[in-house]
Amino acid sequence: MLSRVGDSTFWIGRYIERAENNSRLLDVNGQMLLDLENRNEETERQFWLPILSTLEDTELFRQLHPEFTAAAVLDYVTFEARNPNSIQSCISFARENARAVRDQISSEMWEKINGLYLYFRDGSAAREFRASSHDFYDKVTYESQLIQGVTDATMTHGEAWRFIRAGKFMERADCTSRILDLKYHILLPSGEQVGGNVDISQWMYVLRSCSAMEAYLKIRRGDVTPWGVAEFLICHDEFPRTIRFCVDRLDETLHQISGTDEGHFSNEPERMSGLLRSQLDYATIDGIFRQGLHEYLDGVQARLIELDVAFHRTYCAY
Amino acid sequence: MSSLFSNYDPGDFFDEMFSATGEVRAHYRLLLERAAGMPMEDFARKRQIAEKSYLNQGITFTVYNDKQEGTERIFPFDLIPRIIPREEWEHIERGLKQRLNALNAFLHDIYHDQRIVKEGIIPGEIIRSAKHFRPEFMGFDIPKNIYIHVCGTDLIRDRDGRYLVLEDNARCPSGVSYVLESRMTMKRVFPQLFARYGVRPVDRYAQDLLDVLQHIAPAGAAGDPTVVVLTPGIHNSAYFEHSFLARAMGIEIVTGADLVVQSDRVFMKTTKGLKPVHVIYRRIDDDFLDPKVFRADSLLGVPGLVEAYRKGTVSLANAIGTGVADDKVVYCYVPAMIKFYLGEEAILPNVETYLSAVESDRKYILENLANLVVKSANESGGYGMLMGPKASREEIETFRRMIEADPRNFVAQPVISLSRSPAWCGEKMEGRHIDLRPFVLCGEDVRIIPGGLTRVAMRKGSLVVNSSQGGGSKDTWVLDGGEGTC
Repeated sequence: MLSRVGDSTFWIGRYIERAENNSRLLDVNGQMLLDLENRNEETERQFWLPILSTLEDTELFRQLHPEFTAAAVLDYVTFEARNPNSIQSCISFARENARAVRDQISSEMWEKINGLYLYFRDGSAAREFRASSHDFYDKVTYESQLIQGVTDATMTHGEAWRFIRAGKFMERADCTSRILDLKYHILLPSGEQVGGNVDISQWMYVLRSCSAMEAYLKIRRGDVTPWGVAEFLICHDEFPRTIRFCVDRLDETLHQISGTDEGHFSNEPERMSGLLRSQLDYATIDGIFRQGLHEYLDGVQARLIELDVAFHRTYCAY
Repeated sequence: MSSLFSNYDPGDFFDEMFSATGEVRAHYRLLLERAAGMPMEDFARKRQIAEKSYLNQGITFTVYNDKQEGTERIFPFDLIPRIIPREEWEHIERGLKQRLNALNAFLHDIYHDQRIVKEGIIPGEIIRSAKHFRPEFMGFDIPKNIYIHVCGTDLIRDRDGRYLVLEDNARCPSGVSYVLESRMTMKRVFPQLFARYGVRPVDRYAQDLLDVLQHIAPAGAAGDPTVVVLTPGIHNSAYFEHSFLARAMGIEIVTGADLVVQSDRVFMKTTKGLKPVHVIYRRIDDDFLDPKVFRADSLLGVPGLVEAYRKGTVSLANAIGTGVADDKVVYCYVPAMIKFYLGEEAILPNVETYLSAVESDRKYILENLANLVVKSANESGGYGMLMGPKASREEIETFRRMIEADPRNFVAQPVISLSRSPAWCGEKMEGRHIDLRPFVLCGEDVRIIPGGLTRVAMRKGSLVVNSSQGGGSKDTWVLDGGEGTC
């Protein structure tokens, strides 16, 4: 497979996953807002700030918007063309990459990706967003999942498909770590205690942002605790959005790409994914909290960035 | 008469569907019957289905000078097919094969002994001054001695319905993907009509093209040659087609940046290292192929490609230097070429053409600018053209000065009133001018898929069918039997 094709397919996987995670995050945050007591402009502002911190987009936002309002944040993260991580940008980039490798992906995939792009381009997205932001984010999440499903069902599970998969799991591991980190940026209202009602309800929103509420309740039987949620989203090995699950699949995929047995490595990205994988396999929540959850997640994100660089150096820009 | 065609006026032209007296032509009768039973809403719905399928599949071309991100447009597609009876097509096919054989013989001759010049058939000056003549390749033997592997020859019909050759496109003709896609769309929209008409299929084009490309592979790679499509990239107006053909042939599409030349061999950069490439179906003009040999500022090409080609480690389709054959001055000599190389009369005549390089012709051209179509010798896509009867006084004077300054570079033709076909124009059927571009492939033998791209000048009265100038397309049906009786 051409290196350029590898690069494009990898990014299709990443951008579709990013669009989905961003819509779920914004949707859940919007719903959480409905529970907010003493709702006024200032508390609402406080409410949207963590989203920007989580996505590390604060600086560009301030350049574009001198006024910080909830509507401005929503527009910036959803539609802003100058924000390369906005949902609309992710979908445009995914589509541009898909266009560049149309000969490698299935027609069904192309039509789904192009369809989602046209939904934004012809103004339907903005219209539906104004009518009901919940329905809108729901649709984007659903369409992104549909693209992933169509990808698995119609594309040859060869090298190009593995590159898409590598991009998807690398992005998802990163997104889950950021969503979990969101809780670090949300301030508890004064007078509220860690482990108190508001705190617990915020942790439940974190679970919802990862579509993990039902799975968590089933496995932990209703007991929502901060360390329980963190442990689940970091260390669980079977739920498909936990960091460990994603890194396991990423490591597996990288080994399939090179043909090297798991547990061994033939190049730098494999060595790095294997190392990260075994660290997650043997992590305990006590250890993570001792180190500090935010610091731990920061570390995971840094490892993923290094892995991304090594991956491109090995396969695409050698 | 049906509601769709009830007020249709064939006008004072050759109309493909109706005779001068307003009778439907035999091969269109079934279509008219089908249209008669179709409510307007059904026809509107069918148009929507077709449009949506084009948009969803991303069958678009790129328009330049458009500030918006929206630089992609769908190619306007008209649902009324252009129908060609069997005998008519057989005549066209014979003519095209003859023409391509003569053009390939001409290119071989021009790059070797130039007998045609020595024997006084074509002035040597015309060859030497042709913009796309490549003297660097004199005496160079190309794989299987085929220069033009893919040719798009534009045909028009005059007032009497006679097919004439308007021009040859012997470099990188485009449009075949629209032929294949519009056929798929039409099958979806008019399934029953297809079954009853007996339309000859076009879908073997990709396989035929791949056969041609494999046929010219360098001897060293005869077993399983690696064939690629070379595109300028996703921003090129024909990118959809490049990608479409690569997909249909199951081969890689590459950009110049994906290729490297090492020790006079071409490789592509893959995730598993460098992989050799043997045949390149290039959709990039000669000028941009290799910055070491042609335009040094080209970022689209591959440094060293031409040397690898000279060494015979890689084959190119079309060959370098074919542009001399589709120069509009050289065009005038094609009937003479056919006679010279094949000893035959041209089956498909040229449009009568005046050369401003010839003094008597030039005098005539300059005296009759307002009644002629003037074309510069090497432009395509409807650019660099003067439509005398529709031009302003200033435009005519500009062309007069250009012709006087550079007579070699211009030809003129009488205004041919192209045939018309009914097309849906917003509210009703109206006659619109059309042409036809069949795609001729030359490998082990010459093959032509039945039909080709019918382009429509969607603007009222316009004779310019190019997509960059507001043209659209129609599906072209070549019938298996005579007239499509049931």
